[in-house]
Amino acid sequence: MKLKIQIPPNKINTTIIAEVILETKVILNLISSSIHSKGGIMIIEIPDNMFDIVKAGFTSRGASVIPLDVSIKRDEDECVDCGACISVCPTRVFSFDENWELQADLSKCTGCGLCTKMCPHKALEIPEFD
Amino acid sequence: MSKTIAEINEKIKRGDACVVTAEEMPDIVDRIGLGRAAREVDVVTTGTFGAMCSSGAFLNFGHSEIPIRMAKTYLNKVEAYSGVAAVDAYIGATQLARDNTVDDIRYGGANVIEDLICGRTIELKAESYGTDCYPLKEITTNITIDDLNQAVMVNPRNAYQRYDSATNGSNKIIHTYMGELLPDYRNVTYSGAGILSPLSNDPEYRSIGIGTRIFIGGAQGYVIGPGTQCSSASGFGTLMTMGDMKKMNPEYVNAAAFTGYGTSLYLGIGIPIPILDENMAKATSVRDSDITVSIKDYSVKNRDRPVVKTVSYAELKSGFVEIYNHSVPTSPLSSFKRARKVASELKRWILEGDFILGTPVETIPQNLSAKPMKETMKIPLVGDIMDKFPITIEKTGSVVEAARKMRESSKNHIPVVFGPKNHLEGIITSWDVSKAVSEGTLNSVEKCMTKKVIYCYPDEKIDVAASRLSSAGISAMPVVDSEGNVVGLITSEDFSKLFSGRKLQ
Repeated sequence: MKLKIQIPPNKINTTIIAEVILETKVILNLISSSIHSKGGIMIIEIPDNMFDIVKAGFTSRGASVIPLDVSIKRDEDECVDCGACISVCPTRVFSFDENWELQADLSKCTGCGLCTKMCPHKALEIPEFD
Repeated sequence: MSKTIAEINEKIKRGDACVVTAEEMPDIVDRIGLGRAAREVDVVTTGTFGAMCSSGAFLNFGHSEIPIRMAKTYLNKVEAYSGVAAVDAYIGATQLARDNTVDDIRYGGANVIEDLICGRTIELKAESYGTDCYPLKEITTNITIDDLNQAVMVNPRNAYQRYDSATNGSNKIIHTYMGELLPDYRNVTYSGAGILSPLSNDPEYRSIGIGTRIFIGGAQGYVIGPGTQCSSASGFGTLMTMGDMKKMNPEYVNAAAFTGYGTSLYLGIGIPIPILDENMAKATSVRDSDITVSIKDYSVKNRDRPVVKTVSYAELKSGFVEIYNHSVPTSPLSSFKRARKVASELKRWILEGDFILGTPVETIPQNLSAKPMKETMKIPLVGDIMDKFPITIEKTGSVVEAARKMRESSKNHIPVVFGPKNHLEGIITSWDVSKAVSEGTLNSVEKCMTKKVIYCYPDEKIDVAASRLSSAGISAMPVVDSEGNVVGLITSEDFSKLFSGRKLQ
């Protein structure tokens, strides 16, 4: 699952992420991170069964943790099953079944958004998050 | 033994014609042989569903109470060409709405066509200069397709026989009409239906000609000629088509937008191929593996894009192709699922006797080719303005030698080469020399040169080379031949000399 970690401005210069990894021993995957006036935001991916322990690790250090549904949304009325999205997806979310019908394995989606610009039919969208 | 189209039409009317799709035909031929297939199969249906940018429609609005000769015409803010009498206009699929830009593509001619076919209301705005016979100067009204006298799709170039696929050899993502192309050859996109492609199933234009009745956008329409740029001679044929939009089905006509390019129209076209003899049975037994196209590097800003590889539709459809020892994922841009639906829908129409084959009144020549544009204001090539005898230095040379060559030639850039053919290895600049002096590393050019050199070819246009120079923030590039050997040097000074008129007549 994917989590949005919000780090308050006064904790930006701390080693919060390293501490959480060492403490929880959870191998997490950092998808994106950014720093702006309201603090830092990281999107990470962890195994589903580690949610409680990872959440505790971050919240005890003053960060907030929000489970994130960043998966793309596919509008099946607009989709014509062309498959343009297939080759740009870094995690291979899309594939054809034996009838050339487009399949999407949303559990693989990291919400990078490359496919939304590729789709000629505007059938793919990512829910906004900041 | 052979059949005629009239004989096949008699069978269709009696309800005992044998109709198969172009996807079924190869296996049938394998199973029962060409002779029997030619005798038993009457019609092979083809189908394609993909982006057909060169599409549009003639619309006739009828006359307003006070007549107007529409000079500027907009449909939902998309300009339609109305330089054809008073109240006719041609709406082209790729025309963007007035308030759209290439960075913000939301609506275009293709959307107008889709909205009309879906029965949606369109705002018509027209302006004119006013004449004695057409006094009205402005009109704004809302219309649907039912309010139009005619809405006839007339497409200059549809149903490409096959289409070269696309990749990107540069280090930046590019957005093209072939979709989003990732840097460093990380994806390939392709278009066309392969095995189901109409023209690939009748490459000799035996039955596809002017007057051939076709499936277009879910309606019955016609081939009205060879398409523009039709290159029947090289196997890249195209067709000019027409169909009545009032009878079309939204399932087979979809507006699309390619990021960074513009709008386009996805259109379903299906053509029945009558099996008149063994030759036609053979032509329609073509498979994906028999139809090959080039993969071209779309990052090269030239008409003749370099060919990275030649592949078949079978390879493209497998999902991966190999480029430079890497397995690269492929994306179709056309929908094979809908191409199948077009071919099977057309098959159903014929089986049910609702679709009678048209007999072409004229065939399409097999020797057509397309010329490039004649450009009278010719842009010079790199080879025209480069320094053809650049000073070079061997990579085994010393920095002191490089510095001496710079001083003697008053050049700030010296390509570093190796071997008898002057193979490009790097470039050394006066900045690199200063750095070497300050660090005391004077004995090897190879150690202080820039190894990742930005270069160009002599046959590239200078505007393309100039944009590479400025986007890299550098002031000189070695010019190399196809083997990577240095044949020249081009500097920002060479470009500025162009404008002072010293280098070109």
